[in-house]
Amino acid sequence: MTLDVASVKKDFPILERDLAGHRLVFLDSAASSQKPRAVLDAMDHYYETTHANVHRGVYTIAEEATQAYEAARARVARFIGAPSARGVVFTKNATEAINLVAHSYGRACLPPGKAVLLSEMEHHANLVPWLMLREERGVELRFLAVDDDGRLVLDDLDRQLDGVGLVSVTAMSNVLGTLNPIARIADAAHAAGAVVLVDAAQSVPHAVTDVAELGCDLMAFSAHKMCGPTGIGVLWGREELLESMPAFLGGGEMIRDVRLDGWTPNEIPWKFEAGTPPIAEAVGLGAAVDYLSGLGMEAVREHEVALTTHALSMLADRHGDDLRIFGPPDPHDRGGVLSFTYRDVHPHDLSQVLDSAGVCIRAGHHCARPLMRRLGVPATSRASFYVYNDEADVEALSDGLFAAADLFSI
Amino acid sequence: MAGLEDLYREIILDHYRSPRNRGDLPTPPAYRVEGFNPLCGDEVVLYVDIDDAGRVADIKVDGQGCSISQSSASMMTAAVKGRTEAETRDLIRAFKAMMSIHERGLDGNGDGHGDSGPVAPDPAVDMGELEALRGVVKFPVRIKCATLSWNTLAEAFDQAGLDRPAE
Ligand SMILES: Cc1ncc(COP(=O)(O)O)c(C=O)c1O
Repeated sequence: MTLDVASVKKDFPILERDLAGHRLVFLDSAASSQKPRAVLDAMDHYYETTHANVHRGVYTIAEEATQAYEAARARVARFIGAPSARGVVFTKNATEAINLVAHSYGRACLPPGKAVLLSEMEHHANLVPWLMLREERGVELRFLAVDDDGRLVLDDLDRQLDGVGLVSVTAMSNVLGTLNPIARIADAAHAAGAVVLVDAAQSVPHAVTDVAELGCDLMAFSAHKMCGPTGIGVLWGREELLESMPAFLGGGEMIRDVRLDGWTPNEIPWKFEAGTPPIAEAVGLGAAVDYLSGLGMEAVREHEVALTTHALSMLADRHGDDLRIFGPPDPHDRGGVLSFTYRDVHPHDLSQVLDSAGVCIRAGHHCARPLMRRLGVPATSRASFYVYNDEADVEALSDGLFAAADLFSI
Repeated sequence: MAGLEDLYREIILDHYRSPRNRGDLPTPPAYRVEGFNPLCGDEVVLYVDIDDAGRVADIKVDGQGCSISQSSASMMTAAVKGRTEAETRDLIRAFKAMMSIHERGLDGNGDGHGDSGPVAPDPAVDMGELEALRGVVKFPVRIKCATLSWNTLAEAFDQAGLDRPAE
């Protein structure tokens, strides 16, 4: 099955927008993807016909809302190869999912004296919760290094894992596109007795995900990067592990009983879902998962490898040494994310010039300042691809680079 | 949608390509103050020499960043050299007022809808070349680039004020 991009484009209403005579060329899906009509319709339909609070009312629409919410959980479980929906916790986003683990596991389950192993290429979402834990509890943090091609240095992994209680690494870098060998890291971590959390915010939207194959114990991702709405993310965890972890936020839904002298927690996954959850967003995420499954995640990945291969060679041909692209040179080792610098044009200026032609790219540090320091650049420009991008979009990017060079004549 | 020509005026590009007063000054006597925009990694380092009369005797800029932050810093140095502290502070205030259209948001003094027309210029302050930066307000995310060096300069005066013996 190959992706019919022309027909995929038609599924995304926003791509019909005209920006001062230019079509919208959206190359920032790594920050947040656009939404297909199917997702928007599912959420509208839910609000128009079904909305009520979940797990509470006995009346018909409350029952239907609960079913819709829980059905979304089951779809997400299937999408990531989870054995059951009980391991799927809905959070606000990937960031909250990681914070949940840092608070709950990090404060209550991490054995005293054990370290946490991260990497230099992590998004701030997978750094700051652990820096906070270190400040509060003095937990030792270690970091896997990144080599000049943007790969994790794993030569010394076993030694670095000695004394580690939890490993948390990204499956795919949001800056470099690097796909990390999670299964290998998880095997080594388990041999060392550590629990493994994967930041899958960039990988779940773009390739087949199977938690059993990855071998991780916990996994975090966001709906908004995978055609779903903002406001909902997922923490998947092995059931026994989630059961052993104390609750994170307190309130309604997450309790079985409350007395004035104490409380007892609900079962997983609801134990971790305090308060009224993002119900319509869950419905939207369910529809997003259906949409992506309809395209086929193998086809999605194939499309992105092909487009990245094309972009790398076309941009190198046209711009030569003016363009410096970071990350692994082989498109099979990376996702559809290209971070680059272009001549001496500052990423902000480049992004501004591209914007005037309807082309959206990201400029800045991409929430990964330690990685930017490692790369030795204050900021980069980043173009990222998804199901609705094609060679014409890469062409528009390339034209924009020439336009920026002309304007700044440097 | 505002056009690129509203932002990248020729004067701005000229200051970007050939920045004025680039470099550093010995500290002391000069004050060295750093400004940083965490959003984009833009960085200015100002060296400001303030003489006994409270005038900007000399000023130099170091650091790196986008065309707007760098040209704004360059134009600022040209504009304030030789001015007294009071004159410079007036100019800083006038410049920030020119840049303040969209910078309300959470401060609670706006209507929450951003665009509500330009702030009237202070007729007492001649903005000269700096007028060229007025177009930046049409590009709200770039406002912080334009104001970075100005905020940093205000800090230099604050430091100098602290160092001055009380009279
Ligand atoms: C690798 C990675 N991790 C975590 C996040 C955080 O995602 P969110 O902001 O949706 O919580 C992002 C998003 O930018 C990301 O790219």
